[in-house]
Amino acid sequence: MLYAILCYNSEDIVGAWSKDEDDAVMARLAIVQERLTREGKLGPVARLLPTTAATTLRKSGNDPVIIDGPFAETKEQFLGFYVVDCASLDEALDIAKELSIANPGTGSYEIRPISIFRPGQTKP
Amino acid sequence: MTDARWIDAALIAARPQAVGALLRYFRNLDVAEEAFQEACVKALKNWTKNGPPRDPTAWLIFVGRNSAIDVVRRQAKQQPLPPEEVLSDLEDNETTIAENIDGADYRDDILRLLFICCHPDLPATQQIPLALRIVSGLSVKQIAKAFLVGESAMEQRITRAKSRIGAGEIPFETPDPIERAERLAAVAAMIYLIFNEGYSAAASEQKARIPLCDEAIRLVRLLLRMYPTEPEIMGLAALLLLQNARSAARFDTNGEVILLEEQDRKLWNREMINEGLALIDKAMRHRQPGPYQIQSAIAALHARAPTAEETDWNEIDVLYGALERMMPSPVITLNRAVAVAKVRGPAAALTLIEPLEERLSGYFHYFGVKGGLLMKIGRNGEAREAFNRAIALANTAAEAAHIRTHLDSLSKK
Repeated sequence: MLYAILCYNSEDIVGAWSKDEDDAVMARLAIVQERLTREGKLGPVARLLPTTAATTLRKSGNDPVIIDGPFAETKEQFLGFYVVDCASLDEALDIAKELSIANPGTGSYEIRPISIFRPGQTKP
Repeated sequence: MTDARWIDAALIAARPQAVGALLRYFRNLDVAEEAFQEACVKALKNWTKNGPPRDPTAWLIFVGRNSAIDVVRRQAKQQPLPPEEVLSDLEDNETTIAENIDGADYRDDILRLLFICCHPDLPATQQIPLALRIVSGLSVKQIAKAFLVGESAMEQRITRAKSRIGAGEIPFETPDPIERAERLAAVAAMIYLIFNEGYSAAASEQKARIPLCDEAIRLVRLLLRMYPTEPEIMGLAALLLLQNARSAARFDTNGEVILLEEQDRKLWNREMINEGLALIDKAMRHRQPGPYQIQSAIAALHARAPTAEETDWNEIDVLYGALERMMPSPVITLNRAVAVAKVRGPAAALTLIEPLEERLSGYFHYFGVKGGLLMKIGRNGEAREAFNRAIALANTAAEAAHIRTHLDSLSKK
């Protein structure tokens, strides 16, 4: 079964990482990702740019409203996601635990089963 | 067990908001800073043991406020508050504080903290260190290193700046919309200064001064999170990101400047460019152009061109024209001349800049550009003359060396 692991964390805190710290976290996460890839369990992975770079289109009849960024005053923001192929929720949770050990501190992972998945392809 | 590194990042991230709120409570910069420092010490102890609080910033404000009140009361020989271990377990209190600092207050707190650093009496050489010290929380040692001065000299400079903005002058009242817009503009200008202080450094100083660019980008992102719909703040953020994206390509191995057109675009930082392009696209939808947006739109045209030859010089010429109308300045006209030379040829560009000579008679880049244009139309004698004046006005050895390569190519002709 496919699960999405949605990554939430405080943008302020992630933004305060030094370049070295950011590189170190990414390197630790890469080790987990490489293992998952070898086991054939890892689908697409994405890290998103800050919410300040985002735009929201809100459906509103024929004339949708376009606003800057997600405005929600939440403490944590949606910063990225993984798609993993797991036999059970426990396995998906184990992966999330490993990710949290590689990237400790604040934040959370939402494990969400996927209903429809089309891997798609963009031009190289 | 938690990790000291994330605690560090959380403390850095919380600083502007926490010090800003503490400043509002105590109306004294030193007390606010000390209260925050005290809260950080307690956080290191408490968070390592108990894990992260739900809202680290609210925790720090709460604990910082109590420890400062504690000090004030002790000085007044009154009963101290309960110890912080007890206070920090009061989850409900923490939540209340978190709710209180949401909303408009916190934006004004951070803006005030940034704004007092742009006090008109303070020269830029004091504004920047002060902002880096009290808003970013860099150590005096780190700031001294970035400014290439000794630690005690920097300490003095910061102390002097602080005493100049006496507590009586800190604007504590909630700003009205006009006042807020003025503060925002002053703060944006200061952030751009911080960036340029780092970006204009010579290759040999780059390593020491790069933290200034990084801090400026962190501050503009902070400002943008507070004012996510301000097109000029988007423009400034885009401008800093698009310029900083080129850092790795700006100097050759001898530390000499590589001009934008000759840079290896593979060395440009794609992630920063993508963020910058996203921001300028968003800003332009607002149809409220401003100088930062126009400058970042120009930087975006360079960033979007796969090769230097594919640069849209026509559009760059148009944008510089708009910038000239918005804030007439001979330096902008000079920059425009580079685009004009591409679109209408070097002779047209020369006609554009010749009237500027008197006003730019002490400006290195003027004579560099003029020499380059003269060389292209074969007026080699005059070109040599302009290049010689440029060398005499060069600010860095790298600038002079760059002009010398032109003189060398002239003497081979």
